Amino acid sequence: MKIQRVNDFVVRFANVNGSGSASANDLFARVLYRLGVPISPKNIFPSNIQGLPTWFEVRVSEDNYLGRRGGVDFMVAVNGQTMKQDYAMVLPGGYFLYDSTRPLSEEYQRSDITLIAIPLTELCNHEFSSPNLRRLLKNIIYIGALTALLDIDLKAVTDSIIRQFRKKPKLAKPNIRALEIGYTYAVKHHSDSCALVVRPSAAVGDRILLDGNTAAGLGALFAGATVVGWYPITPSTSVIETFERFAERYRVDRKSGRKKYAVIQAEDEQAAIGIAIGAGWNGARAFTATSGPGISLMTEFLGLAYFAEIPIVLINVQRCGPSTGMPTRTQQADLLASAYASHGDTRNVLLFPSDPHECFSMTADAFDLADRLQTPVIVMSDLDLGMNSHLCDPLNWDDDRQYDRGKVMSAEDLDDIKKPWGRYLDIDGDGICYRTLPGTHPQKGAYVTRGTSHNEYAAYTEESQAYERGMNRILAKWETARSCVPCPEITLRDKNSKLGALYYGSTSRAALEAFDQLADKDILVNDIRILAYPFQKEVFDFIQQHDLVFVIEQNRDAQMKILLSGECQVAPGKLESVTNFNGLPITATMITNRIHTTLLNRSRELVPTTRAGGGTK
Amino acid sequence: MSYERPTIRHPDAKKNSLGYTRKEYEGSISTLCAGCGHDSITHALITACFEMNLEPHRIVKLSGIGCSSKTPAYFLGRSHGFNSVHGRMPSVATGANMANRELVYIGVSGDGDTASIGMGQFAHVVRRNLDMVYVVMNNGCYGLTKGQDSATADRGSKTKKGRPVSLESIDLCEMAIQLGAGFVGRGFSGDKKQVVEMLKAAVAHKGLAFLDIISPCVSFNNVPTSTKSYAWVRAHEEAALPFDFIPCCREITVDYPQGSVLPVTLHDGSVINLYKQDDLMEITSRSAAMDALEQAKTEHRILTGILYLNPEQPDTHALLETVTTPLNTMGREELCPGNAELQRINDAFR
Repeated sequence: MKIQRVNDFVVRFANVNGSGSASANDLFARVLYRLGVPISPKNIFPSNIQGLPTWFEVRVSEDNYLGRRGGVDFMVAVNGQTMKQDYAMVLPGGYFLYDSTRPLSEEYQRSDITLIAIPLTELCNHEFSSPNLRRLLKNIIYIGALTALLDIDLKAVTDSIIRQFRKKPKLAKPNIRALEIGYTYAVKHHSDSCALVVRPSAAVGDRILLDGNTAAGLGALFAGATVVGWYPITPSTSVIETFERFAERYRVDRKSGRKKYAVIQAEDEQAAIGIAIGAGWNGARAFTATSGPGISLMTEFLGLAYFAEIPIVLINVQRCGPSTGMPTRTQQADLLASAYASHGDTRNVLLFPSDPHECFSMTADAFDLADRLQTPVIVMSDLDLGMNSHLCDPLNWDDDRQYDRGKVMSAEDLDDIKKPWGRYLDIDGDGICYRTLPGTHPQKGAYVTRGTSHNEYAAYTEESQAYERGMNRILAKWETARSCVPCPEITLRDKNSKLGALYYGSTSRAALEAFDQLADKDILVNDIRILAYPFQKEVFDFIQQHDLVFVIEQNRDAQMKILLSGECQVAPGKLESVTNFNGLPITATMITNRIHTTLLNRSRELVPTTRAGGGTK
Repeated sequence: MSYERPTIRHPDAKKNSLGYTRKEYEGSISTLCAGCGHDSITHALITACFEMNLEPHRIVKLSGIGCSSKTPAYFLGRSHGFNSVHGRMPSVATGANMANRELVYIGVSGDGDTASIGMGQFAHVVRRNLDMVYVVMNNGCYGLTKGQDSATADRGSKTKKGRPVSLESIDLCEMAIQLGAGFVGRGFSGDKKQVVEMLKAAVAHKGLAFLDIISPCVSFNNVPTSTKSYAWVRAHEEAALPFDFIPCCREITVDYPQGSVLPVTLHDGSVINLYKQDDLMEITSRSAAMDALEQAKTEHRILTGILYLNPEQPDTHALLETVTTPLNTMGREELCPGNAELQRINDAFR
């Protein structure tokens, strides 16, 4: 029985890295998006430039379930290296499109799926002679075939190609030709093969299709970042590249042609964050972006910025650790490393965006928070969020918004104060002190910033009480941070339910789908989405109010659970982990199954045994 | 502990053109060992800034970790300072300079801080040609951890512990020249006059000015067998090329014999007059400077003074083509593209 569905299926492309497949596959995703059909594309790529297997998965969901679903309904298999596993992966009733220039071997014997043979290489070589064009356009031929098979309007695809090549119109022609070849072949040979259908829809609404790194780079630009120190590392690189690309457009002085920003590609991650710290200290809005190993390298400097109280923003696009790990796979495994980065007692403010819209807004907010709190603020993105495109609300900027530069003394301020100024004097009782910038005043406000212990006047001290006062005052500042960072979002599906679930960041879409799946089985789970660390009272209240709280996250060691337990008293057994750390984004099914199994096991525990000889006599 | 200096000064103390006495350039009392070469360099820094009439609050002093890196507390008490982490002063200086290009940046480091843990940052700040003075107080040992050999200790040289250094030493001046620094000099803390003049020229230089100043460690590395001791350096020091530094806008009053002086004009209009000597090195040639340093080394001489000079190298801001206005003074109006532009950007993602 063929899978028959409209606007609700998963297409997976199996390609060879570096063969130009990414732009073809992206074209497919974008066409569906432009037809108003909600999609969620995921690029599953190797740490390699050319030659290794790479996959691109597009979930199509009229109902707007946009986490990864798992399972494949339609496989486009154009990589001989992985053909067998790709074949095995197709769900019963699914479809398997392959390059039939070479016949399938006898091993491919499944009777429960539909084979769609398209001689891609043959069609391509017949039409195009340039080796480079052949390589690229073979991909467009299968897009053409898919267009026919899924009953997509051919014009929608050609329009997208024309738009894609509007700056190089010459290239549009061979692309459209390749598209038509695939389309015509599929119409002729496979007119009734596929029962998956794409229908234009209004379900996308006003949303845009954007990746989190682009959004974060834009957030930094709009928030007025001027100094960037960075070191290239997957998957964070495109944050900086985006910043630079848009800065070239918006931040070049028209008259002089000079730049109102400085981007420095440093020698390593330590220097990258050192540059941001030097600039933050000197009054510029500064940031860096990194991932995994970069976080490890930056920890010493993060401790300095924490203790010397210097505003910086760090975009952490998490990947699979430990060590080099799986550099092109996703995880949320830097939570503890970021929250407690550096030796000694340190705590860093974390923000957890769940979609590109929040990557933009939270990155912008991070600059205000860093300046206000005079401390590092880390935006906890990840590879899935950062590098994959997601449907999200359009970005928005309030033109009345002012930059909050925090407590910075001007020369006039220094002249006006009655008592001597002290860099680390807590005047307002909020733990945040007044800082000065170099060059402000000829006589007043100079001090030496240091990572060594210091008193209220920034002088070096080894006096225990002064050290303790300083550390406690920074803790008081942490309480202020609690009231500045965004509050959690709570959804109560059933006021009386004793079941709760807690999640954050890129697992959000899968989690919400899972809660719907559970609700269908009459399991009503209340949920809370964490947006920031330090946690607020609402988080602890939510945990208190429920007997069992599932903590959904993408790391092995349940790092959010550890962080929660470290911050408040949680009764043993109250938090139950739902973890996924295989490097691929978590699916709703994984979450649902895990919650379901746990509930079943727990209810069994409560049932008195009825086995012979068992029980209490 | 940084003890405060007594505030009483002689009423007739000499003032510079800003009306400041030396006091305005001093810092807390040093807590380094009595006789430490670093204190002499600290004094030279004070003198240089005082005599150059620099506004103290327009100077930024930065350091890493170690005895040398403590010194920013001991000079320029009216300047902002940043005592950062070990070996990472150059990146902090880079960020600070990017934020405000109008201040004078003086970085102080040691041989451990630069030649070992901070080698990478040293190399790359030189390559970036950041507009700063980079001073290494070089004593050939780790003072603060009690006398371990550093990477600049000469092979075969013996410290207080008596064991000869078995590894090849790193010559930071040669490295700086190789990495493209436009101003490279070597000094000796015991020769304050030369150090002061060299510091002044370094401040006037646009781009990175690197100064390796041999500064004996009286506690752990001042035995006669050490090539970083007072006795050894005094006996083997040799000025590479005599020079005068004439600050910007000062009239040149001294007459030099025709052809004996090579004037090099710096970015700010200051002039370094180099006294030509036939048998000595050619200061504006990288290869000649390297040869002279290597030759001196084989003859157990220490060449001091300005060793290499090229005032034309573009600094980091010039390379990045940044605006002349300090970036840290720019606000929302200059930096934020605004919502109308953001809506256009949104359209690109549809």
